Amino acid sequence: MNGLEIQNLAVTLGGNAILRDVSFTVEPGQVVGLIGANGAGKSTALKAVLGIVEPEAGDIRIGDQDVAALAPRERAKKLSYVPQGAPVHWPLTVERLVGLGRTPHLTPWQEVREEDQAVIRSVMEETDCWHLRNRLATTLSGGERSRVLLARTMAVGAPFMLADEPTASLDPLHQLQVMDIMRGQAACGAGVLLVLHDLSFALRYCDRLVLLHEGGVLASGTPADVLTDAHLETAFKVKVARWSEGGEQFLAPHVAGG
Amino acid sequence: MIRKLQQNGWLLNVSLMGVILIVALMSGMFGQVDLDVAQVAAAVFGPPDSPEAIIVRELRLPRVLLAILAGASLGYSGAALQGLLRNPLADPGVIGVSASASLGAVIAIYMGLAAMSSLAIPVMAMAGAFVSTAILMLLASRDASVLTLILAGIGISSLATAAIALVMNFTSNPVTVQEMVMWMLGSLENRTFDDLTLAGPFIIAGWLAMLGVGQGLNALSLGEEAAQTLGIDLKRLRWRVVLGTALSVGATVSVCGAVGFVGLVVPHMVRAMIGYEPRRLLLPSAFLGAILMMLADILTRLPIGHGQLRLGVVMAIIGAPVFLYIVFKTRESMR
Repeated sequence: MNGLEIQNLAVTLGGNAILRDVSFTVEPGQVVGLIGANGAGKSTALKAVLGIVEPEAGDIRIGDQDVAALAPRERAKKLSYVPQGAPVHWPLTVERLVGLGRTPHLTPWQEVREEDQAVIRSVMEETDCWHLRNRLATTLSGGERSRVLLARTMAVGAPFMLADEPTASLDPLHQLQVMDIMRGQAACGAGVLLVLHDLSFALRYCDRLVLLHEGGVLASGTPADVLTDAHLETAFKVKVARWSEGGEQFLAPHVAGG
Repeated sequence: MIRKLQQNGWLLNVSLMGVILIVALMSGMFGQVDLDVAQVAAAVFGPPDSPEAIIVRELRLPRVLLAILAGASLGYSGAALQGLLRNPLADPGVIGVSASASLGAVIAIYMGLAAMSSLAIPVMAMAGAFVSTAILMLLASRDASVLTLILAGIGISSLATAAIALVMNFTSNPVTVQEMVMWMLGSLENRTFDDLTLAGPFIIAGWLAMLGVGQGLNALSLGEEAAQTLGIDLKRLRWRVVLGTALSVGATVSVCGAVGFVGLVVPHMVRAMIGYEPRRLLLPSAFLGAILMMLADILTRLPIGHGQLRLGVVMAIIGAPVFLYIVFKTRESMR
């Protein structure tokens, strides 16, 4: 299995250069965190990889396959996506909603098939939302909803999963659950690319990090290599306190000079 | 098995098709001359020169067929537009094609073209619908975001409405003004197979453009970005729905007048029956639209108000209370 390679990606939106010369790779089985201050271009990078935003330059490949040249449906089978604060516009049942993840595998006329149903059930069990299957998606709590939307994304069964701040607006327990699901995906062989704001999660859950700063890559590599005091001060203008407990490392930012 | 049929909406679709047949039969029975079932059957399948055969074949059949085409167009495109815009308030009027078709018709009446040919009004109305669609495509073609489309539609609609007022303003003969108003209130009276052959092809073309949009509309329940990453070509989807609506509703308004409410209300009635999944709403909305249109048309034949009862009025008078009832019933799930 080949990695998702992003090479020299550049994006300009409305005349503003958002990204330039961004390169990194997501290998299967890895969780890669995309971090950086607000406006650094993290979400835009994800959208460019997904084809939602047209890149000005650069290559996006999976092995020797040019992702940009793929038909939308084929691309959708390779890259799944959890948008930021994903909306649900109609009160669909949870099971139908998760079933939408099978869309790239069906012709415009096809309904969900037996084999799709098996996938839907297994991802819903994995994310602990099978018991919610007959609920209306608009009546779920924030935590339930984020699990359901994750299940929807997992139902695509794509080798690479991209998520834009999947832990945003969740309480601590649900944040941890979501991050564990992401790790579980990587353990099953998927390549996971996450936009993250929580540096502690970035440190603990990611195999590799890409730190964006002013539209370019400031640093990339293992969390230890990227989350240095110097990098964090440049990118976020913060200092950090570090400690470890029970063999796990933690990190909390505080204002530089404070 | 039955549960599965129910889930897929097939049970509903088959039932609605049955109702269409029944109401179509009723539509053949009632009018200035009331016929019974046997007479209608004899008129349709028997010799073509009996008085009943002439009434049914020449007068009532084109009316029934037009009501089915028109109602189905309004219902289907209403459901498709609500899905595309993810807004339960959308109706086919939002893209401006109804107002523009009305403008065409009003101009035809103003210029006295109706006296020259019975097809003058529908042809001019169709021209109005085409011009508005062309403007819409021009305004919204470069970056056809949904918001741009709606704003352009609202702009076109306002402009056409203003122009209608202007034409009425310049019309000195009150009878002509009344004719314009009556046309806009909608009617299927005295429609012939000529109207059907004029509007039919455009209506069918509109349906074809919208065929198979259900999957994309379903994916749009998750928002535009998610739909795109599920492999949906959004640009194509938008244009198919907008163009399909413009063609089918433009042609519908051209022959029936601006019958409102069907496109707005029918999808809500279907939701109350089978839920909110956009794809599942499309076909039943077309069927239910056809049924309501035929029923409203039957009611206009009642001897109320000296036979002056108009289709659009009947539809709104029945539709609005039903709509309010549905809003009242579903206010929990709308939250």
